Formats: sequence, C-alpha cells, structure tokens
Amino acid sequence: MRSSTPRLAGVALVTIAGLVLVGCSSKAPSASSTGTSGALTIQPLVQIDKAGKEVKSQAGGTAANPAGDGKATCASTTTIALTGANAALGINIANGVKLAIKQHNDPTKDCQLQFKGFDPEGAPAKAPAVATQIINDANVIGLIGPAFSGETKATGAAFHDAGLLSLTASATNPALTTNGWNNFFRGLANDAVQGPSVAAYMVNTAGFKKVCVVKDDSDYGVGLAQQITTGLGSAADASCALSVKTGDKDFSSAVQSIKSAAPDAIFYSGYYAEAAPFVAQLRTGGVTATFVSADGTNDPQFVKQAGSASKGALLSCPCGPAPADFEKAYEAAFNVSSGVYSVEAYDLATIVLKAIDGGAKDRASVVNFVKGYSGDGLARHYQWDSTGELSSALIWIYQVK
Amino acid sequence: MLASFDIGALGHSFWALTISGLTYGSIYALVAVGYTLVYGVLRLINFAHSEIFMLGMFGQYAALMMFGFAPQGDAYDMGVAQTLMYLGLAMIGGMVVSGAAAVGLERVAYRPLRRRGAPALVFLITAIGASFVLQEFVHFVLPKLTNNTLGGLNAQQPIRLVSPSTQFTIFGATVTNVDIAIVVSALALAFATDRFINGTKFGRGIRSVAQDPVTATLMGVSRERVIMLTFLIGGVLAGAAALLYTLRVPNGIIYNGGFILGIKAFCAAVLGGIGNLRGALLGGLLLGVMEMYGQTVFGNEWRDVVAFVVLVLVLMFRPTGILGESLGRARA
Repeated sequence: MRSSTPRLAGVALVTIAGLVLVGCSSKAPSASSTGTSGALTIQPLVQIDKAGKEVKSQAGGTAANPAGDGKATCASTTTIALTGANAALGINIANGVKLAIKQHNDPTKDCQLQFKGFDPEGAPAKAPAVATQIINDANVIGLIGPAFSGETKATGAAFHDAGLLSLTASATNPALTTNGWNNFFRGLANDAVQGPSVAAYMVNTAGFKKVCVVKDDSDYGVGLAQQITTGLGSAADASCALSVKTGDKDFSSAVQSIKSAAPDAIFYSGYYAEAAPFVAQLRTGGVTATFVSADGTNDPQFVKQAGSASKGALLSCPCGPAPADFEKAYEAAFNVSSGVYSVEAYDLATIVLKAIDGGAKDRASVVNFVKGYSGDGLARHYQWDSTGELSSALIWIYQVK
Repeated sequence: MLASFDIGALGHSFWALTISGLTYGSIYALVAVGYTLVYGVLRLINFAHSEIFMLGMFGQYAALMMFGFAPQGDAYDMGVAQTLMYLGLAMIGGMVVSGAAAVGLERVAYRPLRRRGAPALVFLITAIGASFVLQEFVHFVLPKLTNNTLGGLNAQQPIRLVSPSTQFTIFGATVTNVDIAIVVSALALAFATDRFINGTKFGRGIRSVAQDPVTATLMGVSRERVIMLTFLIGGVLAGAAALLYTLRVPNGIIYNGGFILGIKAFCAAVLGGIGNLRGALLGGLLLGVMEMYGQTVFGNEWRDVVAFVVLVLVLMFRPTGILGESLGRARA
C-alpha cells in the first residue's frame, strides 16, 4: 500500500469538506422553507379577449342547470356518448359529463338518460373504428367529443355523414372547423385565439416592454411561439429568443442569455416538464422577470415540481376555472378535484340535456338545438357561429399564488 | 431559422459560462474515468456505463426516500450538519448501487464472453444491448417493483436537499455553494482515483494488466480480480457523479437521463486520450467549458453538436487525444 493510505484519507477529507460547504451555506432550518410550495396553486386571474383586455365573466350566476324542472320525459334508452373515457384528460371530461347527467337524472323520473364512454386512446388510428361503433349505436343521440384534435380530424367526416352532434370540450386545432362539418361545435377557444390574446395581454394589460420568447421543439411549442412573437411585435426581443429541446433539464446557458437581456417577462412556449426546471433555474440564476406560459404548462405538476420558483407565474388556458359549488359537487361524486376541461364538459353536456328535455328525439333535432343555442354555462357564454366556433372565444389567464 | 452567431453574448457572460462549464465538466470527468479505466484494462468501450450512472441517480434518490425525504418543489435547506450527513449518505447510496451494478454487469454480460474468447465486436454489441436492457428495466420493470414510486416514463419528482445560494462573485459571475461542492468533490475524487491507480498495490495490478495482461498474469496478478476492481471503481465514481449531477439538475432523474451525458463523458475520455486517467479529467473539464461557450455563440439547441464538433476537431490533429493513450505506461 506504500504511503498512499494517509493521502487517500486526506482526499476523502477534501471531498467531505466540499460537501460541508453545501451544508454550511444552506440556511438554518426554517418553517417557511418547507411547505411553501404546498400552499401554491394555479388560480384564475382574469379572462381576456383577443385584444388582451379584461372581459368580466358574466357566466356563473345564470348558468344553465342540468336538473331542469324535473318534468321532462324521454325514452329510457337515450344515450349520450363520450370518447376518451380512460385517458387522463378524458377522465376530467367524462366526470364532468357524468356529473351533469346525474344532476339531470336525479330529479327527472321520466327521463333517465344513459351515458356510454368509448376510448380511442387518443390515437387517430384507432378512432375510426370507435366512431363506427358510436354511429351504429342507434340509442346514441349526441356525442361529447372527440377529445383530441388528431382523432377529431380522423373521424369528423364520419360523424358529419351520420348527422351526429359532435361537441368537443378540448380539441383546439384551429383547422377543425374549416371542414364544413355542420354537426361539429367547439366549446372553447382554439389555438389561433390563445397566442394573439396572450401576446396582447402581455403588451397592453401587463405592460411588458421587453419579452424573451423561449420555445421548445414540439409542434405545439413552435406554433405558439410564432403567434406570440408576432403578437408581441416590437416587445419581443430577438436577441433573447431562444430554442430549447423537449427533454432538456439544464438551461444554464439560456439563463445567462436572459440575464444579460434583462427582460420584463419570459414567455415559455412548451410543456410543464421543461418549464418547471427552467423557471427554477431562472430564479436561482437571479432572473426575477415574470414567467409567462400557456396551457402546456397549466398543470398542477408545474407548481409541484418548481415549488416557490413558480410563484407569480402567469399561465393561460382556453379552459375556464371551476366555480366553488361545481368543485364541491364534483369532489363529492368522484373523490378527486376537477381538472382542466371538467367545467367545459359539464357545460356542454348540460346543453345536450336541455335539447333532450326540450323534446329532441333524434340526432338531427339535437344538432339543430345546439346550432340555435345561446346561454350561459359555468365557464362562459355559449353561442356558436356558422363554422362551429364560439362567437365570443375568450382565454383565461391564471396565476400561481 | 438558423441560430444566430453571437460572439457578444460570450464576452458578456464569459465567467458565468466558465463556472457552469467547469461544474458540468467535473461531472463528465468522473463519468469519463469509468470509460477510460475499462478501456485501459479490457480494450472495451463499455457503452452501458451511462446506464450505470443513471442507476446511481436512482440509487441516491432511493436512499433519500429511505431516510424519509419526500419529493417537493422547494429545497429542504435544513442546516449544516443534517444536509451534510444526508448528502454523504445519498452519495454512498448512489455509489453502492452504481458500483454493484457495474460489477454485476461485468459478471453477467462480459465475463461469459471473455470465457468463450468472443471477438471485440461482440463485446461492443453486448455493451450497447446491456445499455438498452438497463434503461428499459428502469422504464418498465422498476415501477412495478416499487409500486410506481421509482422509474417509469416520467422523471422523478425532485428531492432537493439544498438550494443554490451565491457564495462569492468572480469577475461578475456568481459562484454558488452547489458549484463549489460539485467541483471540489469531483476533483478530490479524481485525485483519489489517480493516487489509487498510480500509488497502491491494487493500482499497480490494474496498470500491469492494462500494459501486458499475459506477463501480469505470469507475475501473479489475478486478471479477473483486476477487471472486477476496475468496474467497481468506475461504477463507484459514476455513483458519486450521479449525486453531484442531481445537485445541479434535480429534475434529471429519468430512465434515459444518463444517455446523452454518458456519450459526452465518453467523448471527454476520448478527447483527453482514452485509457488515460488524467486525460479523462482534462477532457471532461474542457468539454464542459467548450459546450457552454459553444451553445452561447451558436444557440442553445446546438449544445450537443458543439461537444461532438470539438471532439472531431481535436481528433483530426491528435488522433490519440490530448494526452494520448497511456494507462499502461506507468506515469506516476
């Protein structure tokens, strides 16, 4: 062994010393350092239009109630179908629909509606077979779905040919309403509304003069970043417009670039998996600019992973917030808190229920009812233009606090 | 859109980038030692070494969970003695898992091939295969064994023991406690390994087998024991590197999280001269710093490209790496 053992011991000491340093510099135990992230949640801040101006939410007070007057009658086999029952997003939607049907059926003895979930697993390749199944089920009078843009694209023509109402609570690809499907209605704003609205909000309402737009390499991230950059105009600083990759966990160089640019805000165009470590590293790196992102980041996981670094972050979403009464009923029924698009699904199911209660007995009359519908739901006012888009499509801005 | 060529940004944050680069570089260096030692002894590029590193990340994470830490958004920051103790224990956890995995890998995958005198190409393919097996083990099997608390498709929820806080600034660049801990610990471990290889009886055994396996065996050195020891050292260092890496990148614990880092560490080993211990260290630090400079000049998405371009450029002029291949030659 020669004389190396003491040397090795010395080296071990240095290693330990390095670790001691971490220990030394860490703050003394404090109650505030743990548990702060537990208190942070994503809360609704303001509803905005395409000009980025606040739109007071008039929905809620007079929201359509699925219960009705309890006197409606209908065939006991009448079924409302839903696709995407088992996917994560699908569960939020399915529960919203189930809750509406339950609230309808409980007081309405002579109209016990059925609910049937179908699951194409979000895969456009599996969707056509599922669509055929739904169309051939003569009891299905209306469909809440499809849930995703890809499967909507793959099945839209079939539902159109069958004349079956297709009311989506979550498919946001702008092109879906350009196919001439007069049975297809979208219950929320599409992607082409979100980008310009959020950009206008940042410039006009929040007053950011200089924004760094950071995008990931997904279709969603690249497309949204383009809309945001265009919408921001001169406020978008090209010198700190950065690209990162999906799966990146380290952003040291991006943090440096943003630090030197000293912007008022950073817009991250991507998903929460990268947004969480990114915002944590920005805060560690001493960047205090407001962190703004969109529906890809609007997920409880973002707050959970980024902790106190996520505080104050602005997150947009076409989805509306859940009112307290709805949340209570939802939790009582399913033992979980409601998620993104639960409220939309509840509202849209309520509209179909109104159609049935109003005497609609076949698919065509349900489609006609929705076409002429105008009324408030829990999330917003529902009224559609001739393409199937909401006549007034608004975006919600949420804040982590 | 092509990335902008931005020399100004490099000048502006030169020192901050250098510090970031050195912290990454020292992690690359520790992992690179594993590649270099195995290559020196067996003339085998152990491509599964990146997965040994990945298992180390899960090892230290599992150790922390066993001590009662739950993942949360913010760092625990619980004071000197405890932070130190738990970091040390977590590092040991990572070292044990990685070390055991490296030795186990050698037993299961390479030793049977050696017994049958398989050609070098078969070893290489086995290494790549083993790499996939370990990744998919963590991806699909580990969640089932641990009731979905470890492994799976998504990264682990981070457990942060300590949040980075600035200790001092150098030329305007901030140096955090985490940066210092990573560089100091990594250099100390690298130095210890260097002393072990060049200054102890076991190290002499490793060097002798690397230089001339037949003569070494005739001189009474057990080749099998030396090989086992080599894998063990490489694994233990990868486990230590895993802890240091998660200090810096808490969200990086994922089944494929070792892959790119492993390739970069391999590049670092080749850059410095594969088979050369000090070369691995130099190559790691150099690569870490160069990729930081490079991505700032060419754009963030070019980070990995920069690392490989540096490698190609160096190899064009020095095909055996900066310090040359030399584990066999006694340099002590």
